[in-house]
Amino acid sequence: MKTLKTFYDNIGLPRLIIALFFVLLIVASILLGFSPSALFSDVVRRWLMYGTLVLAMVPGIQSGIGLNFGISLGISSGLFGAVLAMEVAFVRDWNGLYGAGSPWMTLGLALLLGIIFAAIVGTLYGMLLNRVKGSEMTVSTYVGFSAIAFMNIVWLSLAFKNGELSWPLQGQGLRNTASLSGSFGGLLSNPDVVQTTQPEWLHWLAFRVGDFTIPLGLVLVFGFLCFLVWLFFRSKSGIAMSGAGENQLFTTSSGINVDKKRIQGTAISTVLGAVGIILYAQTYGFLQLYNAPLMMGFASVASILIGGATVKRAKISHVLIGTLLFQGILVTALPVINEVVEIGTLPEVLRIIISNGIILYALSKTKGENQ
Amino acid sequence: MKQKSNVLNKVGSFVFDNKVMIGFAIICLVAIVLSGSPMTFIVDGVMTRITRNTFTVLALIIPVIAGLGLNFGIVIGAVAAQIAVFWVVYWGFEGFGGILLTVLIATPLAVWFGYLVGKLFNRMKGAEMIAGLILGYFADGLYQLLFLVVIGGIIPVNNPKLIISGGVGVKNTIDLTGNLKYAIDSVRMVDIVTVLFYAVLAITVIKAILHLVKKYQLKRNDLTLFGVSALAFGISYIPVVERFLSTDRLVLLDAFTGVLIVLAIIQIAKIIKSIIDKQPAAGIKKPVLLLVLYGVLYGLTFIPAIEEVMLFVKLPVLPFLLIAGLAWFNQKILSTRLGQNMRTVGQSMSVANASGINSDQTRVLAMIISTMLACWGQIIFLQNIGTFSTYGAHTQIAQFAIAALLVGGASVQKATNKQAIIGVILFHTLFIVAPQAGKELFNNAQIGEYFRVFVSYGVIALSLAMHAWKVFKKEVRPPTEGSDLISSKPPEISEVVNT
Repeated sequence: MKTLKTFYDNIGLPRLIIALFFVLLIVASILLGFSPSALFSDVVRRWLMYGTLVLAMVPGIQSGIGLNFGISLGISSGLFGAVLAMEVAFVRDWNGLYGAGSPWMTLGLALLLGIIFAAIVGTLYGMLLNRVKGSEMTVSTYVGFSAIAFMNIVWLSLAFKNGELSWPLQGQGLRNTASLSGSFGGLLSNPDVVQTTQPEWLHWLAFRVGDFTIPLGLVLVFGFLCFLVWLFFRSKSGIAMSGAGENQLFTTSSGINVDKKRIQGTAISTVLGAVGIILYAQTYGFLQLYNAPLMMGFASVASILIGGATVKRAKISHVLIGTLLFQGILVTALPVINEVVEIGTLPEVLRIIISNGIILYALSKTKGENQ
Repeated sequence: MKQKSNVLNKVGSFVFDNKVMIGFAIICLVAIVLSGSPMTFIVDGVMTRITRNTFTVLALIIPVIAGLGLNFGIVIGAVAAQIAVFWVVYWGFEGFGGILLTVLIATPLAVWFGYLVGKLFNRMKGAEMIAGLILGYFADGLYQLLFLVVIGGIIPVNNPKLIISGGVGVKNTIDLTGNLKYAIDSVRMVDIVTVLFYAVLAITVIKAILHLVKKYQLKRNDLTLFGVSALAFGISYIPVVERFLSTDRLVLLDAFTGVLIVLAIIQIAKIIKSIIDKQPAAGIKKPVLLLVLYGVLYGLTFIPAIEEVMLFVKLPVLPFLLIAGLAWFNQKILSTRLGQNMRTVGQSMSVANASGINSDQTRVLAMIISTMLACWGQIIFLQNIGTFSTYGAHTQIAQFAIAALLVGGASVQKATNKQAIIGVILFHTLFIVAPQAGKELFNNAQIGEYFRVFVSYGVIALSLAMHAWKVFKKEVRPPTEGSDLISSKPPEISEVVNT
């Protein structure tokens, strides 16, 4: 009985409700006659699509800056890298020159540029956060919003030659959503793309077993990133970072430079955000510019909290569980709700309530303890 | 020489204290010049937006005083107003009566919401702003659930003009034309004077009765107030005045002249008083200077360019009176016991608790007042704008109201009426001219639009960061190595890490 109680305390009521809701939705969707394999393919796809963005929360939380709502900075860096890479690929005519290798080069360049931008921006951002200790979350939320608004101006003033990116006949400004079908879209996750554009020996990247799609390439990349983060927090530097996040006083007294560790954590979080958005776009098949990433930080924060993280502690398992539950609910809710009540916007409403509800819950928990 | 450096110092510290405001004013001026829009258009637009938005911005001041920071939770007040507006329109009420009913329904709702928000904020002390922001989004979700699913899905409704054709959920926009549009703006001045007179009359009568039963000492001020209102009421029967007062809009020139006259009368009264009291001439110097200033200001209105603008712009009277009333309330509440308590709580909760103030209760009260005022502000906003965008009207209100307040020079810990009003003027001037300026400068109006959004986010980010930095610098920094403050042994790092 006592273990049951501690178990319940550890999970918390909201997480229990969300998990039960997910199970309920799965049961309902199967009862309603939806194909389970198609549904699970979708859940897995969305799980991996958002996974890295949620993973980006871990270094932020562990290094003590709290929930990194400013992940928009990383997202913007990643988008900027992707856009530049696509333009370079177009201007240099990589498609004509390298054929099947071209999407890989574009993806590689996008990641490289995105990581470089994110590392610079993240370091500066970490320095800012060191000056606003105690109010990181409020400040980072608005820094994130400002970054997106600033990037809106950038997107609007870029004059690119690539017709996939820029509006036709205007000479200035990028599209709201740029299709990646001619580029690296679906390269790691879409069987159709892989089978048609890639040589035989790469067909294992994404394939179908019956109705069930296995995006093995994406699984491996995401798994590798998770492993890297896990490994980092087993290293000396990572342990010191967790220590810095856990208790500043003790860590300072044991000779760790807390401020430096926080900057490191923020930079890693920002870089993962950049990688995350490129993988997201790769899976989704479109690059979403302008205000589309405005609330992505909130979705990431909510996911990791649903997975069991707190404002001060986060693990890889929290990322995996949280993203699965959150995205799983959103994916399964849509067909089920449409079948039952025919209100198409209800899943969106559900998303708003769940994600913000869980963040509020987490905030009330930690602040309650502090008193 | 010494005096000169004093003046320089003063100017310097003025510029430093108001850097945000001055910087923003410069951006506005540049944008105005770039846009090349006519002044009539700009002033008219700004005045309309002042009517719509100032009330809500003023609703932010009390939480700042009580130490709750910038109240991102005013979205919840707006939501209360919108629920009431929907039902009033659905039931078919119109005009000022409809507005009164809206207020009657919305106020208890807002008070209840404010109470809940206050209770929640008491559990998250120090994180009120981020909590308020998230709470706003959360409330938006519940609101959408109510308007998309519950109305029609659970509560039966039947009105094809308001409800989506399937019978469940409210349409995207509700047209307020013919029911609540301009219901507050179009109240005639003569009605306002009449109602005010009867209100003062009733209060004076009550006071007089209390005076007779010796519960209250009738003061000279009470009688003066009654005299002034009776005089105004009497004057309103003079045909010329009555014709003037029976309109609902006031030309800006008349309003300006009127305000100058009232201010001049106050100063003259001061001069007379100091002469009667036989005070030294120093008491007269300031009023006389002010009188001269008013004269110069009035003289400026004869410059053709200014006169044209002043004659073009028309103000709705009642909203401006309501805004003035709220500014007066914000000012007055500070001198009451509640206001003093709020201030103490805002400065230090532990000091407040030690001196016997229930700080939790005071904070809840501040949230109730703020939420209620924001709710009324949203009613003023909706009736002026005339179309109620069901799912969009409330989403940006906290964002814009807070940005406006900060532009005026307010901070997380200090906000005044003056800052709120200056902020609204500057912020909305930029909003009006930015698209045109963007078009002239980059040949793209959208850049201007994105620029103003960037500014509204950026100004909040900047002032939150500056505040946090200031607080962080003030706090005791973590002790360095070997500090004797740490008495207990640091835990093993491997225990700390739990990845």
